[in-house]
Order: sequence, then structure tokens, then C-alpha cells
Amino acid sequence: MDMSIALILGQDGITNGAIYALLALALVLVFAVTRVIFIQQGEFVAYGALTLAMMQSGATPATVWLLVAMGGLVTAFDGLKALKAGQMQRAGMVAGWNLAYPLALVAVLSALPVNELPLVLQVVLTLAIVVPMGPMMYRLMYQPIASAPVLILLIVSVALHIAMVGLGLLFFGAEGHRTPAFSELSFDLGPLMVTGQTIWVLVVSVLLIVALYQFFERTLYGKALRATAINRVGAQLMGISPALAGKLTFFLAAFIGALSGVLIAPITTIYYDTGFLIGLKGFVAAIIGGLASYPIAALGAIAVGLLEAFASFWASAYKEVIVFTLIIPVLLWRSLTSHHVEEEE
Amino acid sequence: MTQQTQASAPSNASAKNPVLEVKELCVSYGKVEALTNASITVGEGQIVTVIGPNGAGKTTMLSAIMGVLGSRGQVAFDGSLEVVPEVERMVARGMTLVPEKRELFGEMSVEDNLVLGAFQRYRMGKRDHAQTLEEVYALFPRLKERRDQHAGTMSGGERQMLAVGRALMAKPKLLMLDEPSLGLAPLIVREIFRIISELRRRGVSILLVEQNARAALQVADYAYVLETGQIAMQGPAHELADDPRVIEAYLGFGGKHQAMLST
Repeated sequence: MDMSIALILGQDGITNGAIYALLALALVLVFAVTRVIFIQQGEFVAYGALTLAMMQSGATPATVWLLVAMGGLVTAFDGLKALKAGQMQRAGMVAGWNLAYPLALVAVLSALPVNELPLVLQVVLTLAIVVPMGPMMYRLMYQPIASAPVLILLIVSVALHIAMVGLGLLFFGAEGHRTPAFSELSFDLGPLMVTGQTIWVLVVSVLLIVALYQFFERTLYGKALRATAINRVGAQLMGISPALAGKLTFFLAAFIGALSGVLIAPITTIYYDTGFLIGLKGFVAAIIGGLASYPIAALGAIAVGLLEAFASFWASAYKEVIVFTLIIPVLLWRSLTSHHVEEEE
Repeated sequence: MTQQTQASAPSNASAKNPVLEVKELCVSYGKVEALTNASITVGEGQIVTVIGPNGAGKTTMLSAIMGVLGSRGQVAFDGSLEVVPEVERMVARGMTLVPEKRELFGEMSVEDNLVLGAFQRYRMGKRDHAQTLEEVYALFPRLKERRDQHAGTMSGGERQMLAVGRALMAKPKLLMLDEPSLGLAPLIVREIFRIISELRRRGVSILLVEQNARAALQVADYAYVLETGQIAMQGPAHELADDPRVIEAYLGFGGKHQAMLST
């Protein structure tokens, strides 16, 4: 292996690592605030990528029907409850966001020639379809059992993961898709050819991480999420309801997932079930950070990306094995250096 | 200003405009009834205290009023009845609870803790927390000195001040304090009670749950004695302070003797 190959592998590793870092941060966030292990993070990646691909092929993305269905269920539960309690305004809000909004999206998608729209609008539409599924999913699946033990929440996550993969096959078919790059730009940096998409991935990742940091440090809603992660009871007494915190967290996680999918769709061919492996690598990074530390998780993600890139060169048949084997020494090291904490119930 | 000149009456008759009216509140943990038909009233601008031994159901009562715990009975707050109190809604309507365990955000700064106290007001579009923050700092200069320090690294007294200050950030109509003096040094206890009086002077209605009966009865207008989940006695605080049964059970022997009342 010479220098130029090492550089190319390094570029690959860091690009993928940046995506894993985003996913790892979302996983840590979701776990800290809601105690949910967000297995289905990867499906949001695939849904993001494939919804965009479907739009570009000129079809109405089938994911929008899932959004309509989920929104309908949320309206049925929360809207009727608000109606019964006589809270008309609240019922209107619920129906507006969960029923009117998805239907409006359907109307927009069928009225516009989506495959001729500029890429940036397609990306916005993709996010507009996929991201609201996050908070709806929290409302429907997790909110009713929010105080259940971590294991029960994990079982729900696994079930949702399987359901989403199945629906993905139904929506997108078994073939893989790759979307055109955001820019055809590329330039040489010494022996290394840097592509425009790499720059996009790195810049968007860094911007998103900075934005998230600002959100958690500067805004009251960000602080409210941190407060919920630190002390659930205390947060509740401040009027920060676990339901609000959960929905907000799932919104952020779904946004990160779908955006990651849109970013890597031009780099890798995405199949309906590709998301799981990508999400799992984010999970390895999150484990390196103990599902608690954001900076360590982000660094771990870069390490996972690099390891994967070099493993695919030296032993491409074993690259996944090598990456996932990394988790064993990490768990060993963590269990030796940290004290076991009993789950509080 | 105080309304403690009223004669002893079966209920808190000195409460002219009740902020809080609890009627026949019951809470059960499984088959065990922790609170039975408790009825209390807090008038506007009053300090009302609930004293009683450990395990009498004082914390349970506050949690039920706040909506943290499920309950049966009636809770009327600020003129409207809550069929089932719900925490978020109670906070939005101006009720705050400073819990016995403080429940601070230990890994966040003092100032972040305080600002979060105004979360519900902020959510409802009232963006005046910067000014409220200065008012709270004026009341607790110590918190201003430590504004950037992590809440978890502060002393017990400072943490209690922070918990009270955080609750005040919500500009509550009713402040409920659960054992604010628990585990604090006598000098700090005195400081806490000085602040409670100061808050009443500013028009905050206070429901104070205390084991330190002596200090609570000194500062309160009206008092209830809660024993094994039931209101055993009530009356204007100064009258209860002179009641031989209360003196024997809660005030005698330096307040350490907390046996059941022998009637």
C-alpha cells in the first residue's frame, strides 16, 4: 500500500465516519433523554435516501402514505382526547400537524413535477416527508410506555426496525438506488482527488454538529432536553413533559437520520435494508462513548469509519466483521474501568 | 397584615380568597391508603403549613396536588377545579413544587437551572425570564456569585436556595415547599425561613410542609397536623403552637420527640 492509496482510504473513512458521527450523536441523545435505544435510526437513513431517489425517478414517494397513516393515528388518539376534554384549539393543532400537513404534502407531491425540481427542493421535500415520522413514532409507540424498563423499550425498537425494513421493501422494491452527486466538482489535493460530495458530507456534518451544540447550550428547548436527560423528575416539575421532550428528541434524531441518508445516497448504493448496517456502525461509535459522551462518540465514529475503510482494503470480505469486533475490546475496557450502575426503576 | 387573629374554626376561615382548595383528597399505594380525605385551604398571600411525623403522608399530599401522583378527590386551584391534576398543566397555571430531594440539574450551571424554572412561561410566550432572573438574584445574592458553577458541586444550603430560586422563576401563584430545612445547618435553616417570610411579603402564597414544626409554626398563618394520612388537627398557627398536644408531640424536647398523639 502506498501513500496515495492510504490517502484515498483515509478520505473514505473520514467521510463515512462523519455520517457515523451524526448517527452516533443522535443515538446518544435519544438514549439520554428517553432511554430508548434507537435501533431504527438506520431505517431513517434508508428512507431519506430512497425517498429522494424515488422522487428523482418521477414517482410519488410511497413514504408519504406512511406519514399520512401515522398522522391519522396520532390525530385519532390525541385529537379525539382533546375534543372530549373540550380543548378545541388543541384538537385543531393536533389535526393540523398530523392530518392536514401530510395531506398537504400529498397534494404538493402530486401537483408538482417533482423529478424536475432543483435538487435542494427535492431534499427539502424528502426531509418534510421523513422527519415528522420521528415524533409521530414516539407518540404512537413509546409515549404510552415511556416509563417501561429499558429492555421493553429496546424490544419495541427492534420490532419497529423490522417493520420499517419490511415497509421499505414494499415502498422502494428490492433494487438499490444511487442519487446524483450534489456537485460534480472535484479537485486534486496533492495525490488525492477530493470529490464534491465528500466536501458536502464533511461541511454539513460539521455544521450540524455545531448547530446541535448551539441548540443544547444556548436555547431553552435544548437546555430542557439536557435537563430531562439529567433529572426526569426535576424536568417534569418545571413543566417539561416527558412527552414533549421525547417528541422533540425523536424529531432531531429523524432529521439527522434522513439528512445522513440524503448525504450518502450519492456515495453508496442504498437498498431498503442498507440502513441497518449504517445505523449499527453509528451504534458501535455510540457504545464507545458509553451511550453518554457526545465527543467520545463522535471520535469513535471517525475511528469506525477509518477502520472500515482500511479493513475493506486489506480484508474486504471481513470488513464488517472487523468493525463489529471492535465492540468487544471496547465493552471489555468499559466494564473494567467503569462501575456498574444498576438501572433505576 | 397577618390574618392569624381569627378564632379557631373547623376550617381555614382566615383564607379569604383561596388560591388552593383541596377537598377529601385520597391517595393509595396499591391497597395501602397513604392519604385519606385530606382537606386543606391556602388563602391568597398566606403561609399555610402542614406538620406531622415522618411517613404521615405530607410529601404524598404535595405530590398529589401537583399531579405527580394519581389521586381521588377535588383540587381547586386559582378558582378552577382540576378533576385530575396534571403536572405540566399545574405548572402552566402557576403552581410550583420544591421537592424534598431538590431534583436539581446537577451537571448544569446554576444559571441554566434557574432559567429552566421559567420554561413553562417561556413556552407560553412570556419571554421575561431575564428580568425574573435578576429578581431571583436580588433575593439570593449567593446564587449570582455562583451563576456559572455546576449545581451538583454546591453545598446543601446553596442547593436549597437554588431549588427555591428555580421555583420562583416560574412566578408562581402558589409555592409548595417540601421540607425546605431538611438536612441543613441551623444557621441556614434560619436563612431559609427568613426568605419564606420575605416571599409572603411579596404576595406569594405558600404551602409549607415541615418536620421542623417550631420554625414552621412561627412563620405560618395557619397550620394543619397530618398523622397517618389524615388531618388530625388544624387551626391558626399561633394557636396550634400553644396547644398542649402539639407541644408535647412536636415542640417539646427540642422538637425531637415525634411520637403519636395520645388522646
